[in-house]
Amino acid sequence: MLRKGNEKIKMSLKNTVRLPLMAALAAALMMIATGCKKNIPPAAKLPDTPKPAPVEAPKAKPVISFNADPSSIVRGDAVTLRWTVQNADAVTIEPGVGTVAASGSRQVYPTTATTYILRASGPGGSDSARVSVSVSAPTEKPPAAPSGTTEDVTGALERLVKDAYFGYDSAEIREDARATLQRNSDGLKEIFGKFSSSNVIVEGHCDERGSAEYNLGLGEKRANAAREFLVQLGVPGDKLKSVTYGKERQTCTDATEDCWQKNRRAHFALGQ
Amino acid sequence: MNPYLLLPLLLATLSAQQADFRGKIVSSDRPTIALPDIRGTGETQPLMNTLNSKLFNEIEQAAVLKMAPKGLYPLTVPQQPTDFKPPTLGPNRQPLSQGPWLTDWSGPPVNANYLAFGYATVQGGRLALFGWLYDVTQKDIQNAQVFGKVYFGTLDDDGAKKVALEFAVDILARFGGKSLAGSRIFFISDRSGAKELWSMDYDGANQKQLTFYRSTCISPAISKDNAKIAFTRIGAGNPSIMVHTTDSGRKLNFTNPVATMNATPDFTPDGNQIVFSSTLGGSPANLYVAGADGGGIRRLTSVKSIEVEPKVNPKSGNEIVFISGRSGKAQLYRMNLDGTDIERLTDGRGEASNPTWHPDGQFVAFAWTAGLEPGNWSIFIMDVASKKYVQLTSGVRSENPAWAPDGRHLVFSRTVGRQVQLYSILADGTQLKQLTFTGSNEKPAWTH
Repeated sequence: MLRKGNEKIKMSLKNTVRLPLMAALAAALMMIATGCKKNIPPAAKLPDTPKPAPVEAPKAKPVISFNADPSSIVRGDAVTLRWTVQNADAVTIEPGVGTVAASGSRQVYPTTATTYILRASGPGGSDSARVSVSVSAPTEKPPAAPSGTTEDVTGALERLVKDAYFGYDSAEIREDARATLQRNSDGLKEIFGKFSSSNVIVEGHCDERGSAEYNLGLGEKRANAAREFLVQLGVPGDKLKSVTYGKERQTCTDATEDCWQKNRRAHFALGQ
Repeated sequence: MNPYLLLPLLLATLSAQQADFRGKIVSSDRPTIALPDIRGTGETQPLMNTLNSKLFNEIEQAAVLKMAPKGLYPLTVPQQPTDFKPPTLGPNRQPLSQGPWLTDWSGPPVNANYLAFGYATVQGGRLALFGWLYDVTQKDIQNAQVFGKVYFGTLDDDGAKKVALEFAVDILARFGGKSLAGSRIFFISDRSGAKELWSMDYDGANQKQLTFYRSTCISPAISKDNAKIAFTRIGAGNPSIMVHTTDSGRKLNFTNPVATMNATPDFTPDGNQIVFSSTLGGSPANLYVAGADGGGIRRLTSVKSIEVEPKVNPKSGNEIVFISGRSGKAQLYRMNLDGTDIERLTDGRGEASNPTWHPDGQFVAFAWTAGLEPGNWSIFIMDVASKKYVQLTSGVRSENPAWAPDGRHLVFSRTVGRQVQLYSILADGTQLKQLTFTGSNEKPAWTH
C-alpha cells in the first residue's frame, strides 16, 4: 500500500459560487420546460417558490457554480469536477476537459498541482471560475522484500506488481497507470530474473455497467494495452500473456464509482 | 443534472414514434374470444382446474385474440352444440324463453366474436375433451361452428395439460397464431456455482443444466434448425467459442483461431457459417466469419474499435447487425455480410448492446442506455429499414432480449439488486412474467 499524505496538503477553492439547491433545481426544470433555450432568466433572482419568469428577461451574465472534490489528492487518484452554469451557451473547462454541457461532472487525474478554469459565455456576457487541486507524490519506492525469509514468486508478484487502472470505456494508459506500469516493469524484470521459469498473465477487467459482450472486447484491449506498454519498457514479451475476463471477475460489487474504478483494471497473475 | 428529469421528455418522444410499427408486431385490433370454464364429469373433475387454466393461459399468451372478461359471461354456458336453443318468440315477437344462444355471447356485455366451449369425460379409461369453436356473430347456428374435435389424454394432470394445449393450438391456428408450447429457452445460470448453459420450457418449467465446464459461459446462439448452440467460454485461457448439440449437450468440433479472444458467435440461417468477434488480426476485436467447424475464416471488418455481437438476419441471411465503438461509445450498426453498406442504426447517444433479430428479419430488439448514465439499460425495438424505434422497458436494468418463435414475445433479463432474472414479455409491453427464480440467470436464446 502507498502511504498517503506525505506532504502537507494545500487546498484552495476560489470563486466558487454555490446556489441554493431549490434555485438550481428550478433552473434545471425550466431548462427542460423551455427546451433549453438560451435566454433563461437568472436563477439567482428567482423567488423561493419557482415560477416561470417572463421569457423576455434582461440578458444576465452567466452564473457559475464550480467545485472540485477532493481538492487534494495523491497522484493517480481521481478528482471529480462538478459544475452548474446558467445563462451561458458556451462552457469550457481547461486544461484537458474542453467544451462541456451547462451542468455536469467529470473525473480528472491531474499529475501536478492544477488550477481548472471554467469559462462561460452567453448573451449577457462572460464569466469564469477556477478551482485548484493540489497533488502530492505517492511513495515511489516499493516496499522491500521481507528480510530473513525466502520470498517465493507469488509473494514477489504481490509485492512488486500492482493493478493498473483505467477510465470508463477506455483502454488508454492514464497518467496514474503509467506510473504503476513503470514500477511494475521494474518488478517484473526482477521477478523474471530471479524466477527464470515464471511467466505472468496480464488480465483485463471491466466494471459492471457495460454489456458483458462489449466488456469482453474492452478487457482484451486493456490487457493488450498494459502488456504492450510493459514490453516497450523492456519486459520480455514471451513472458507476458494477456487475457480478458470482461466483467466476469469483479473484485468489488458496490454500485459506486470507487468500486467501479477498482474493477476497471489490468491485474497481474502468475501463469502456469 | 439528474438524468431522470429528462425521462418525461424521452418518453414523449418515444410514444410519438410508437404508433408506426408496433401494430405490425402485436396487433391491437384482435378478435375477442369468450372462453368459459369447461366442466367435466366423474373422474375428470379434479383435473378441470389444470385443464382450464392451461387452455386459458395458452390462448391469452399467444396474443392473437382478446380475452372477453370472464365476469361478464352469461350464467348458462353451453357444453355441446345441442345446448344452443334459439329464443322462442311470442305473438309480438317478445322472447318467451331464453336458452343459451349465440347472441348471449356476441351481444353486450360480452361482445365476443368467438366462443370456445366443450366438456370432458372418461372414455375407455382415458380423458376425453370435446371442444368446439363457434363464430357467435353468425345468425344461423349451422354456420356458427368453426370446428369441433375430440382430444384424448391420460387421466391425470399431464393428460389434462396435453388436451388443453392441443385444443388451444387448434384454436390459435385459425387466427394465424403460433403456440409457444414445445419451444425452449436456453440461458446462462450461476446456480450450480459457475455460469453454465441451462434450458427451460417457454414458460419456465423443466429447467435443466446443459454444460458442466465450471468456468464462465456467455452469449449463446441457437442454429435455425434448433440442433446446435454456440456460445463463448471465459475463464479457461482466452475466451473461445464452443458449439454443442441442444438435445444432449454433446460438444461439437469448432476450431478456434489462435487469438486472445474469440467470442459472441451466431449462425447463418443455413447453419453453414458462424459469424463472431475475434482478435485474430490483432487488438481490438473485430468481426469474422468462418465455416461451422471454424475453417475458411474470413475477416469482415477492420477498424481500430471494439466490435462484437454480430447477428445474422434470419430471413435474408445476407446482412448482420452488430455492436461497434467506431463512432465513440458502443452503438448498433448494420452491414451486408460481404462487408458493404455499413450504417449506424442508433443515434450516437449512450451505449447499445445485445441486438437480436425478430424472426421476420425486419425488426431488431436490443439494449440501450439512450440518454441515461452508463448501466441504465432498457430494451428497445427498432425497425431496421426506417431506424424508428420504440422503448419496451424502463426503470429496471434490462438486457439480453431474445425473440420468441411466435415473433410476438421476448425473453430478457432484469437486474434487481445483485440478482438477474429472466422474464418474458409481449412486444406491446404487457404480459410481463418472471421465468427464473434460483441464482442469477441471464443471456437467453429462444429456439426458432
